[in-house]
Amino acid sequence: MSDPAVAPGSPKSLPLILARELASNLATPMFLLDAEGILVYFNDAAARLLGKQFADLGEIPSGEFGDALQMTFPDGQPLPLNESPAGIAFFERRPAHKKLVATSYDGVRRQYEATAYPLFGTEGEMHGVISVFWQDLPGEP
Amino acid sequence: MAAPGPDTVKYGGNTSCVEVRLASGHSLILDAGTGIRPLGVLMQDDLPSEVHILLTHLHLDHLQGLGFFRPLFVPGLDIHIWGPTSPVQHLSERIAMYLSPPLFPLRLEDVPSHLTFHDATEEVVTIGSATIRAAKVTHQGPTLGYRIEENGRVLVYIPDHEPALGTDLSSIPESWVSGHGIASGAEVLMHDAQYRDDEYDAHIGWGHSGVDAAIQFAQKADVDNLVLFHHDPYHTDRELEVLLGAARAKWLGMEDRINLAFEGMTITLEGTSPVHVEQAH
Repeated sequence: MSDPAVAPGSPKSLPLILARELASNLATPMFLLDAEGILVYFNDAAARLLGKQFADLGEIPSGEFGDALQMTFPDGQPLPLNESPAGIAFFERRPAHKKLVATSYDGVRRQYEATAYPLFGTEGEMHGVISVFWQDLPGEP
Repeated sequence: MAAPGPDTVKYGGNTSCVEVRLASGHSLILDAGTGIRPLGVLMQDDLPSEVHILLTHLHLDHLQGLGFFRPLFVPGLDIHIWGPTSPVQHLSERIAMYLSPPLFPLRLEDVPSHLTFHDATEEVVTIGSATIRAAKVTHQGPTLGYRIEENGRVLVYIPDHEPALGTDLSSIPESWVSGHGIASGAEVLMHDAQYRDDEYDAHIGWGHSGVDAAIQFAQKADVDNLVLFHHDPYHTDRELEVLLGAARAKWLGMEDRINLAFEGMTITLEGTSPVHVEQAH
């Protein structure tokens, strides 16, 4: 996922706007990537797990986001960005689900389950990726 | 729906239709609500060689006048119909759901004029002396706003819009506001202002704006003139004027540049002259 080709502050597509509105009104942790692979939003529920508010982080390339999270598989093997659910959704244009381990910005390491899927518009164009994730707690169904 | 009657004589009761006459002589018709019927009558004696109808969406109040648009029955007249895209059905098929038996006595393919259907994508299109840019906006179902630019003058038409849905317009960055991309810097913005603020709470998610949101949107887009559009069919002329007062009170210093749309209203953006927005009497 490359550096932003679209300048920060350029108008967001309607599907992305609606996805952000949905995310901002849910207690389910969610983050959004745009069509360039830029992390453009995560909601307050996600911020609690990530240890940082989106307003304090701002829009960043998802590669940078992925590096900060230091993602691994549950067995501890490194999880490359393009094998993460969001990475699969972005590069392979298909939904994906995985368990993974990540380090939050405040240094806490947690196991998560995450589902990501690409957002396609009515003309077949890609608008971005939406990813829902939750902490995988022992004993939880 | 249309709301003719003694309580709507001043501002009118037809549903959405706006004609834009370009310097090149082309006619753009924004939406085909019931207002397109009297427009068609007016156009009879001075028909352009081609007509472009730009539909924002296919809700009946924006489409139901099309079958009564007299130029539709002028043999061979080129009529171009633009509308939102669909991945499953061509625009002509979606319009034909209404303009065909049993809902209408004629089939679309039987009209004598020459109809061409176009998907209004978000790419810039040139028609005559104007460039037109469509953008998807927040409303129920696929819905567009249109930005029309000619010789540096800009008119933006977003008649059905709920930019405040699920968000706080006062704090959200502009790039995240539905419709901002096409409305930014408009000389004239015609925008949804269907509800009083006390009415909006009972209509969240219906796809229309309260006055507060309409003003906030216009402020965020830094427009020069705001025309309050898409009057609620239950609002009388008097109630519309109360709504206008409320709108003007929210944007001090702009009072004379916030007006209610009314039937027969003329807005002139010509040459280098200041915009002239007619007011109802």
